[in-house]
Amino acid sequence: MLELKNICYSVSDKQIISDVSLTLNDHFVAITGPNGSGKSTLAKIIAGIVTPTSGRIIFNGEDITDLSITERANRGISYAFQQPIRFKGLTVRDLMQLAAGKDAKYSELCDYLVQVGLPAKEYIRRGLDDSLSGGEIKRIEIAMAFARSSELTIFDEPEAGIDLWSFQKLIQVFKKMVNETAGNILIISHQERILDFSDKIIYLKDGSVEMYGDKSEILPQLLSGTAGGSV
Amino acid sequence: MAIDEIQKTLLRQVADLDSLPVGAYNIRSNGKTESRNVTANIDIVSKEDVSGIDIRIKPGTMHESVHIPVIISETGLKELVYNDFYIGENSDVTIIAGCGIHNCGNSDSAHNGVHTFFVGKNAKVKYIEKHYGESDEGTTGKRLMNPTTVVHLDEGAQMIMETAQIAGIDDTERVTNADLAKGAKLEIHESVMTTGEQSAVSKFTADLNGENCSCDIISRTVAKNNSKQHFTSRLNGNNVCAGHSECDSIIMDNAVVLATPELEASSTDASLIHEAAIGKIAGEQIIKLMTLGLTEKEAEEQIIKGFLMGN
Repeated sequence: MLELKNICYSVSDKQIISDVSLTLNDHFVAITGPNGSGKSTLAKIIAGIVTPTSGRIIFNGEDITDLSITERANRGISYAFQQPIRFKGLTVRDLMQLAAGKDAKYSELCDYLVQVGLPAKEYIRRGLDDSLSGGEIKRIEIAMAFARSSELTIFDEPEAGIDLWSFQKLIQVFKKMVNETAGNILIISHQERILDFSDKIIYLKDGSVEMYGDKSEILPQLLSGTAGGSV
Repeated sequence: MAIDEIQKTLLRQVADLDSLPVGAYNIRSNGKTESRNVTANIDIVSKEDVSGIDIRIKPGTMHESVHIPVIISETGLKELVYNDFYIGENSDVTIIAGCGIHNCGNSDSAHNGVHTFFVGKNAKVKYIEKHYGESDEGTTGKRLMNPTTVVHLDEGAQMIMETAQIAGIDDTERVTNADLAKGAKLEIHESVMTTGEQSAVSKFTADLNGENCSCDIISRTVAKNNSKQHFTSRLNGNNVCAGHSECDSIIMDNAVVLATPELEASSTDASLIHEAAIGKIAGEQIIKLMTLGLTEKEAEEQIIKGFLMGN
């Protein structure tokens, strides 16, 4: 269970996140909201990439506010980047091995790639570099999240920067992941098709939680435009 | 072969050898040939006028290898060695060289090697060269290595050259000069890491003389602490040809890296490209690996290892 208590974050007197308090304990929770509403910043605060100006983060009863990214990762928090990171020299296999753990067998690493629709033999030895398309590296990022099997996996706009064809496949991959993963998933998305299979939706606006509740309650308001801003 | 534990370690580092290799080999230890084997297709003969060997590979030799490691474990030993390789037409061979120095004293040890390759028509060579140095604690003797490689590629000949100097060499000046005939192809992958007060200089020159010949030089280096590196590559495009050189460096601490590209075209059909990039490790790369559970230090090591070994 993840609790955010009065989280604030500001840069040069500009308030990015304003007093956000949330308790997250559902299998699949989506964060949505207009551009610049603070969604990615909030996700990075949870993963430890951004340090909040004030407030506390409690994960499974432990205060993790002062823990590093590494310590949070080792306690079961995974983070999939909106723009996956590329490395010169490191291969897909290297990163998959780091994600799955050093004891994971080669065949297991291949299975994770297959789960995101990539032919493993073709991709496992490839460099995680500029030779991969946006859609390919996004799927590898998701495969890494699969491989980590964390208690909480955060996805920052997985649909960003990929073409329509890849998006169709992405939806299928996510549905599969939601069904097969034991851990909880927190996903930032603008896409109705992703919001549609979430359990709960958080609607963030101007750095504050404007709505938080069951999908059946929030999604109709977002779609009818009564939420006070576009998704 | 009577070699001690230090020499065994050096052999493992520079040639991945735990025992005598299969095929032809010449193991040079502390200035003399320690062990040698020749095959029906590969002959190795000591030079009479200077220190060094001639390696002659018969035309049509397929999928054979030659190991020629050099190890130095005597402090103060300095040597200049000339090795000439004659690769027969239409052959396909792998040559594994390498030099390891263990300096146990306060005098400098140095290996200066001049390797000259005569690669016959349509022959293919893969040449692997690793350099490694280590010393005993409290000693001040430097480990110095200055390899010169001269490559003559005849028509249709191909050479892939992989060189690595990852640890322990204090000063190095590496010179590689190549000339390419019609249809010849040269590919060079260089990996260098310098630490402490070390200095590494790398100078490549390729004369692209023959029609449709090509050359690709990729250098990846990491400079740490107060070390200094200077990379120079000169491509001379004298015909219809393609030349590409790339110098990519990660700089850390107080290190200094200088990249000097030179391109000269004397043919309107020469296509020459140089890319150079020097920068620190991207912060987002470290963050990504930390989200996978690595510490900052482990992440840095992983990135450097991949950067150098993945070349």
